Amino acid sequence: MEPILKVRNLKTRLKIGNDIWTVVDNLNFDLFHGKTLALVGESGCGKSMTALSLMRILPNPPALPPEGEVIYQGTNLLALSEKEMRKIRGAKIAMIFQDPMSSLNPVYTIGNQLVEVAELHLDLYGTDALNKAAEVLTNVGITNAKQRLNDYPHQLSGGLKQRVMIAMALMCEPDVLIADEPTTALDVTVQAQVLKLIRELQEKSGMALLLITHDMGVVSEMADDVIVMYTAQGVEKGNADDIFFECAHPYTVGLFQSRPSLQQQRGKLQPIPGQVPTFQHMPSGCRFHPRCPYVMEKCKKEVIPDFIILEQQNHTAKCVLYDGTEESELNLTRLNKVKETL
Amino acid sequence: MTEPLLEVKGLKKYFPIYKGLFRKEIGVIKAVDGIDFNIPQGHVLGMVGESGCGKSTAARTAIRLIEPTAGSISFMGKSLTAMSRKELKSVRKDIQMVFQDPYASLNPRKTIRENIGEALIFHQLVSSYEEQGERVAEVLHKIGLSPDVMNRYPHEFSGGQQQRICIGRAISLNPKLIICDEAVSSLDVSIQAQILNLLHELKETLNLSYLFISHDLAVIRHLADQVAVLYYGKIVEYRPTEELFQNPQNEYTRTLLAAIPKMKRKK
Repeated sequence: MEPILKVRNLKTRLKIGNDIWTVVDNLNFDLFHGKTLALVGESGCGKSMTALSLMRILPNPPALPPEGEVIYQGTNLLALSEKEMRKIRGAKIAMIFQDPMSSLNPVYTIGNQLVEVAELHLDLYGTDALNKAAEVLTNVGITNAKQRLNDYPHQLSGGLKQRVMIAMALMCEPDVLIADEPTTALDVTVQAQVLKLIRELQEKSGMALLLITHDMGVVSEMADDVIVMYTAQGVEKGNADDIFFECAHPYTVGLFQSRPSLQQQRGKLQPIPGQVPTFQHMPSGCRFHPRCPYVMEKCKKEVIPDFIILEQQNHTAKCVLYDGTEESELNLTRLNKVKETL
Repeated sequence: MTEPLLEVKGLKKYFPIYKGLFRKEIGVIKAVDGIDFNIPQGHVLGMVGESGCGKSTAARTAIRLIEPTAGSISFMGKSLTAMSRKELKSVRKDIQMVFQDPYASLNPRKTIRENIGEALIFHQLVSSYEEQGERVAEVLHKIGLSPDVMNRYPHEFSGGQQQRICIGRAISLNPKLIICDEAVSSLDVSIQAQILNLLHELKETLNLSYLFISHDLAVIRHLADQVAVLYYGKIVEYRPTEELFQNPQNEYTRTLLAAIPKMKRKK
C-alpha cells in the first residue's frame, strides 16, 4: 500500500543563543490511509515538535527550518513556499491541539471561527458557510448545532470544546489528521467518547491519523503502529501488538514496568532510575545508557543504529542488545526475564 | 479496626449563587452534599471522580480549609468543627497537603531551606537557624535528595524533584495525615512511579495516613486501601479497593472503570 505521508530523516533544530539543539533527530515513518500511528514518549522527548515540524508551524527563530523530507502526493512539503504550504495546512493536513480552551479564540463565537475555515479553504460564504459549520458540528455529535454556533468557547464544556476543535479540523476532509494529546485535558469518560468519535470519523473518511500521546492506554485503544520516542529519537518502532507484548527496547520495558497496573495491586513499582537527560548534557552513544540496567561498554561510545527485531513486521529498536554478540545475548536473556513479569 | 484518625459525618458544602446589585442569594451549588468517610491510622483513602465532582472541595472541607455548611468532623478523637481558629492552628501541623502542580505550590523566591523550613519556625518546632538547617537536611534525606541542595531555588529542579520537595515540606512537621490532591497527575509515568514509591515508603516508615485524590484509577488501585467514588458531591460507592475493582456495584463506578483504555491484543 502506498503511504499518504512519507517522512524521511526529519530533523528539527532549535537555535537558542549560540547553542543548537536537535529536538527531532532523524525520524522516519509512513502514514497510511485509514491507519493510526502513535508517537509515545515522556514530556520533552520531541513528540509535539515532530507534529509542529510536519505542519511547519514552529516559530523561526528559535527553530531552524526542519530538514529532511515530508512527502505528500509526490511533493516535499518542507521545500514548499509559505504561500503553497498555507493551502495544504488545515485543508489537507489538519491538527487538533491538546488544550481546547487555549486553542479556541475566546472573543469570537465558535460559529465565527468555523466559518473562517469554510471561507479560507472551501470558498463558501454567508449562509453556505454557516450551513457547512452547522453540518460539521452535527457530524461530531453536537445536538442543535445551529444554536451552538452562537456560543462562545467559555460556554462549552471541555469535551464539547474538543469536539468543536475536531469539527474545525475535519471541515475540509483532510487526508492526514495530527492529534496532539487530544484527550489529555479531559476526564476518562469524556476521553472515551472523544476517542470513539475520532475512530468513527476515521472509518468514515479514511484519513490517516498521527496520534501523539503519553498515555499507553490510549495508544493500545487507537494505534495500529507505534513509535516510542526518547530524547528526540525514535527508539522503538513496530505495530501496536509488538510494542505492547514483545517490546524490545529497555526504555519501553521500563515504561511498562513503571505503570501502576489496573489489573492487580502490586507491591513496589519499578521506576526507570535517574532522569531524562537535558539537551545540554546529552550522553554519548546510546542516549539511554546512563539509565539502562543492561548497559555494556559498547553502548557508551558508538552511535546506535536501528536493529531489526522482526523483519516482516517492521519492528525495530535502537539498541545494541540485538546485535547478536555473546555479551548482548546474555543481557538479552535478563531483559526477557523481566518482560515475562509484565 | 483501629480508632479512625479522621472521621467525617454528613459533610456538606453549599456555595451560594448571587445575583443582581444587592447580591441576592438565588440558589446554591451543592459541591459536597452529605458525605461520610473515615480514615483509620496508617490507611490510605482514595477519592476518585470526574473533574468538578467535588473531590478537592470534599478534602478541603474535611479539614476546615473551607468552612463546611454542615456536618461533623473529628480528628484524633477531637471535634474539628467545634474548634476555634486558634485551636485549629495547633492541629494544622498534623494535617498537611501536597498539591497537583509542584512548581506553583513552592515559593519561587525562597530557597528550598526556606520553603521546607518556614513551617517549622511558624509552629515553633525549631528555635534556631542551625536547628532548622538540621531538620531540613533530615527531611531532604528522607525524600531522596542531597542536603547540598538546601540553598537552591525551586526552578533549578525538575518536576519530579519539585514534587519531592513538596512532599518534604509536608512531612517536615511530622504530620499524621497528608492530603494528596492529584499529587502525581502532572508527572510522567517513570517519575510518577518514583513518587508513588516514595509516598508508600514514607507511609510505612512514618506511619502516615493519606487522603489520596486522583482521577487516575490505576494509581488509586496501587496505593489505596479504601476507595470512595464521588459523583456530583455525593459518595456513590465506598468500599475496600480490591472489592471495588473486582466487583463494582454502582452503575457510575462501572462506567468509570469501563471508560479506561485497556491494553489488549488486536490479533
